[in-house]
Amino acid sequence: MRRFLRPGHDPVRERLKRDLFQFNKTVEHGFPHQPSALGYSPFLRLMAIGTRSGAIKLYGAPGVEFMGLHEENNTVMQIHFIPDQCQLVTLLDDNSLHLWSLKQHSGASELREEHRFTLKGPPGSPPSATQVTAVLPHSSREVLYLGTESGNIFVVELPSFRVLEDRTITSEAVLQRVPEDYCNRRSCELVEALQEHPKNPDQILIGYSRGLIVLWDLQNSKVTHHFLGSQQLENLYWQRDGSKFISCHYDGSYTQWPVSSDNRQPEPLENLVPYGPFPCKAISKIYWQTTKNGLPYIIFQGGMPRASYGDRHSISVVHGSQQTAFDFTSRVIDFFIIFSSEPAAEFDDPSAMVVLAEEELVVIDLKTAGWPAVHPPYLASLHCSAITCSHHVSNIPLKLWERIISAGSKQNIHYSNMPWPIDGGTNIAPDPPQRDLLLTGHEDGTVRFWDASGVCLHLLYKLSTVRVFLTDADPNDNMNTLGEDEWPPLRKVGTFDPYSDDPRLGIQKIYLCKYSGYLAVAGTAGQVLVMELNDEDAEHVVDHAEADLLQDQEGYRWKGHEKLKTRDGPVRFEAGFQPFVLVQCQPPAVVTSLALHSEWKLVAFGTSHGFGLFDHQQKRLVFVKCTLHPSDQLALEGPLSRVKSLKKSLRQSFRRIRRSRVSSRKRRGGSGNASEVQEANAKFDQDALQEMELAPVQRKIEARSAEDSFTGFVRTLYFADTFLRDSSRHCPSLWAGTNGGTVYAFCLRVPPAERRMDEPVRAEQAKEIQLMHRAPVVGILVLDGRSTPLPEPLEVAHDLSKSPDMQGSHQLLVVSEEQFKVFTLPKVSSKLKLKLTALEGCRVRKVTVANFGSCKTDDYSENDLAVLTNLGDIQIISLPFLKLQIRYPCIRKEDVSGIASCVFTKCGQGFYLISPSEFERFSLSTKWLVEPRCIVDMPEVTSNNHVHNKSGMDNTARKS
Amino acid sequence: GAEFRRFSLDRYKPGKFEDFYKLILHIHHIANLEVMIGYADVHGDLLPINNDDNFFKAVSSAHPLLRVFIQRQDEVDYSNFGTNTLSRKKKALVTLRNDNLRRRPHINISMPHDFRPVSSIIDVDILPETHRRVRLYRHGCEKPLGFYIRDGTSVRVTPHGLEKVPGIFISRMVPGGLAESTGLLAVNDEVLEVNGIEVAGKTLDQVTDMMIANSHNLIITVKPANQRNNIIRSSRMSGSSGQSTDSTASHHSLPTSHVLQNFHPDEMESDEEADIVIEGGLEPQHIPKLHSLTSSSLSRINGSSLSHRLQRDLVLNNNSGRESNGNIHKLLSSLKTDPRHSLVIPRGGIEEDGTVITL
Repeated sequence: MRRFLRPGHDPVRERLKRDLFQFNKTVEHGFPHQPSALGYSPFLRLMAIGTRSGAIKLYGAPGVEFMGLHEENNTVMQIHFIPDQCQLVTLLDDNSLHLWSLKQHSGASELREEHRFTLKGPPGSPPSATQVTAVLPHSSREVLYLGTESGNIFVVELPSFRVLEDRTITSEAVLQRVPEDYCNRRSCELVEALQEHPKNPDQILIGYSRGLIVLWDLQNSKVTHHFLGSQQLENLYWQRDGSKFISCHYDGSYTQWPVSSDNRQPEPLENLVPYGPFPCKAISKIYWQTTKNGLPYIIFQGGMPRASYGDRHSISVVHGSQQTAFDFTSRVIDFFIIFSSEPAAEFDDPSAMVVLAEEELVVIDLKTAGWPAVHPPYLASLHCSAITCSHHVSNIPLKLWERIISAGSKQNIHYSNMPWPIDGGTNIAPDPPQRDLLLTGHEDGTVRFWDASGVCLHLLYKLSTVRVFLTDADPNDNMNTLGEDEWPPLRKVGTFDPYSDDPRLGIQKIYLCKYSGYLAVAGTAGQVLVMELNDEDAEHVVDHAEADLLQDQEGYRWKGHEKLKTRDGPVRFEAGFQPFVLVQCQPPAVVTSLALHSEWKLVAFGTSHGFGLFDHQQKRLVFVKCTLHPSDQLALEGPLSRVKSLKKSLRQSFRRIRRSRVSSRKRRGGSGNASEVQEANAKFDQDALQEMELAPVQRKIEARSAEDSFTGFVRTLYFADTFLRDSSRHCPSLWAGTNGGTVYAFCLRVPPAERRMDEPVRAEQAKEIQLMHRAPVVGILVLDGRSTPLPEPLEVAHDLSKSPDMQGSHQLLVVSEEQFKVFTLPKVSSKLKLKLTALEGCRVRKVTVANFGSCKTDDYSENDLAVLTNLGDIQIISLPFLKLQIRYPCIRKEDVSGIASCVFTKCGQGFYLISPSEFERFSLSTKWLVEPRCIVDMPEVTSNNHVHNKSGMDNTARKS
Repeated sequence: GAEFRRFSLDRYKPGKFEDFYKLILHIHHIANLEVMIGYADVHGDLLPINNDDNFFKAVSSAHPLLRVFIQRQDEVDYSNFGTNTLSRKKKALVTLRNDNLRRRPHINISMPHDFRPVSSIIDVDILPETHRRVRLYRHGCEKPLGFYIRDGTSVRVTPHGLEKVPGIFISRMVPGGLAESTGLLAVNDEVLEVNGIEVAGKTLDQVTDMMIANSHNLIITVKPANQRNNIIRSSRMSGSSGQSTDSTASHHSLPTSHVLQNFHPDEMESDEEADIVIEGGLEPQHIPKLHSLTSSSLSRINGSSLSHRLQRDLVLNNNSGRESNGNIHKLLSSLKTDPRHSLVIPRGGIEEDGTVITL
């Protein structure tokens, strides 16, 4: 009979499926992995970021974002917006140029690649002859000037990319009038910088790497001025009025040059090594910004004393007597200054500095005293500390939402109040349908609360669990606070800090009850914290209990980490989620599953040894159950300890670098350490590769047995009010599923509210189910009499869900890695099942119940299982009949960390990490689709020519 | 009607079968009858005792009780022997193939019933001669499946000529494992199907997972590396069943159906229905670890094998988690004598290293 009821044979159902399910990858949240180039259009007020994998992302006002991908997947080296156009040009590391434009299509703007071009030299010429090093989009919008390694400058027409050969500026032509002795000493070498005169579009400034700078007249095709620099050139910047420009150099110096009509070989006005006198690193980019009060802002990247601060990634801002060297935790890719682009304005009056570092975007408010940072509304560095787990909560009640925001705003007081300065484009996406929270747990013991309702993943609040514990981390370890006379005036900025002082603090499981505001988090060292939202700062003692999961097992010796030490006495907590209960599992193994029932005030937790139930109202451990198979110890010492030592050694080497950074002030050759570590890592990789090659790729075929390792590992915990013992009385119950395919069910007796504090909660084991196939149990779910999954705790009390049907008989759904199986309750007998692994060879990695609404009618919705397999496919499986509805390929199967990071929402959306710092958001539903939809209008072009010049500011060649 | 006797034997010197047989007849006062003696082995299977060797095996496997069944020779149904006779209702595959075969009166060629099947070649009539479909019976067997698979390249005949395609091959046999002991599988055999599902296009890991998921009843279709041992059958001689298809040597592609043809999927699943459910709320019943013989027909056990029964005893005694966890240890120690359970705590005590990777 079964074979005739296969899905796909019912046309009505097929039509309904089309109205319910649809797969889309909608938006990437977070910070682009391996950014390589930055561009900005003051005209569009859009910022562009290119990456090493050839992606290009444009950002404007919050919600305005575009993404493009170069087919070649080559590194984006430079990005230049075409002045006054919705167009930009990218240069890739294969020397190809690509023209992109923002075009409106069905009411929204789209980013599209229009043309591509590779500069070709005459036959037989070396490739360096046409290797592009500098790009200048001319303010006429008609041509691009391409400086090359050979020193020649080619002119190509836009948008056709036709080379205008007669207008090529050869190095011979440039060198004609240069004094003999200067010429002899150095040839031109490659073109480092091309800058258009801010007032006169017929003049461009050309800087060659050996130090020669010339002002070239485009009309007459000749050099009007020679500037004979003596140092290797890094970059150039015009002053706003065009009377002076500034050059920066490899030796850490910068030089001001006057440009006047009478002087053909000007002498430098000022030559300065800001962090001299000892040898300094190169200044790779410099800005000179004029202000009304006369004191300019000089902003430059690099230039640190080579010996003691050569390893710092710094950008210095000098304004009169104020000077700060912003110290970034990762390499600076590029930066730009937002200043008055009003052509009539007499001064630059810079307002903000935008810095793209390798791991984060930092924006500094230059208008407010103290130059505070601006909190970016997007491009959040999800990986400030490595993400260890995530938890999604849909449809947050407004009250809780506001309380979390208010707690978060108290944490953000050190940020500037400046409105987000990059505000181009208009977000035309409909408002998000509901308030969603994404919670990420991190290696450093923090939990970050993200607003995941819309396109911009925005940090609302950060919770740290560290305060509860005594750690090795020295609280006075402030590398930032330097004395006033400290030189250089370094100031750490940014939040990226991947170094965890104590890996035991890492968060492994999170559970938030959106109705009560109770939050449970559990971590690497067996710690389980229950927290409550408090709008005020408070100082209190955290109740502490220990759960001995081994009970009387003898002869066990825990060889892992020790449990975390707790602080004695009251601890001060800031407003927000404040812990009031700490349970520590013994042995302190990583917590592998967690469940919180806010109505019953119970929290359940499991590790590889067993699980326990804690009453957080009475603050009493209800029971523990050891699930460990006594012969499991071999596996626990087996391959995993090797992995651990690997991780540990890596961590230690990082710590070593970090320590060396701190102490390298007094030592020479600080950067030598980094290269050593790199070498060591390279060697390590090689060794690992070799090891892999030696081992033949073969797989053992063996049935699972009770003696397999990690059978006791508790994979899932579930609270349900159901018929566990007999079909007439339902009772609270706790269900636990293990790696060995065992399900334990405990009958709970929770005293009624009025006697809740007087009587103890009791638990009694009622059932134990051993799945014959012994595959790990990854999900447990009870369906009510209408075959609807039981509601969440307090959901009914808040009138947000119908009461479950307690009349009809309940069913138990057990999801193992290999199959789905429905059992009757209370007598557990198998009702139906869906085999996955036996038939398809894939295994369940993640499973959630999701509600799918029809896009055609508002009154139809159904619950299905959303399943992610180890092959990266997403399958939707119907409830309660377990029929496969549809399958979508989602994640590459090789992307193990992507698959492991996936989290589904209750409305058929999901997130997974595409890099350590980026979540991809996808949607399985036709109804709930959060994707960017925005429009970029051409601002009205002023007839005034001068506006063009300002757009040329970001066209300096990027140095790396 | 059955009647019971209880008596003792010297475990280490049981003597000869001849003497035992006489003893049985004597005890039961049935000296003039021809009887067949059988015993329940550790898996709950009924196995015969009819020579010195299996008598010795029977006695040595007793711990400490040995259930001995005595039946009149003329009433013996030989098909009861082997294959988990005592514990399962459904018959094993031998009789599933088709109804004709099942109804055919049993021809007693020799004594094949002295053995439990560990493997069989099936579907010979529908497969090309170059292929072999092997079923491994692992239920209740102590032996590990014991083989490894690897990636490799296989050459296929296609309309465009010979083509190299990726394939999955058996890479290693574990000495003493089930796969090796059958002699039906060998290193470098190409795996074509797992339980009726083609492996073409699947990765090594997928095929591994499929095999493990089917390990309770694994059916592998292979193309043996050594093609010399193939059964040569002329196309019209394969009359073992009435359903001979014209799968001659020219027929080189596998049956397109994704389900084995002669094999109803429900029957394939029969083995694994037996998830064990323990009602822990009841008073722990004392289930003796060894069942004394009460009736010759009683002995079907609910679980699938005795070993599960033992585990069940274990958990039953442990139903109220908190108080009795310690009992596990004692129970386990008490089980040490059971050779099939390697639950023995090693001498060095149990150690572990706590780090678990969570992804």
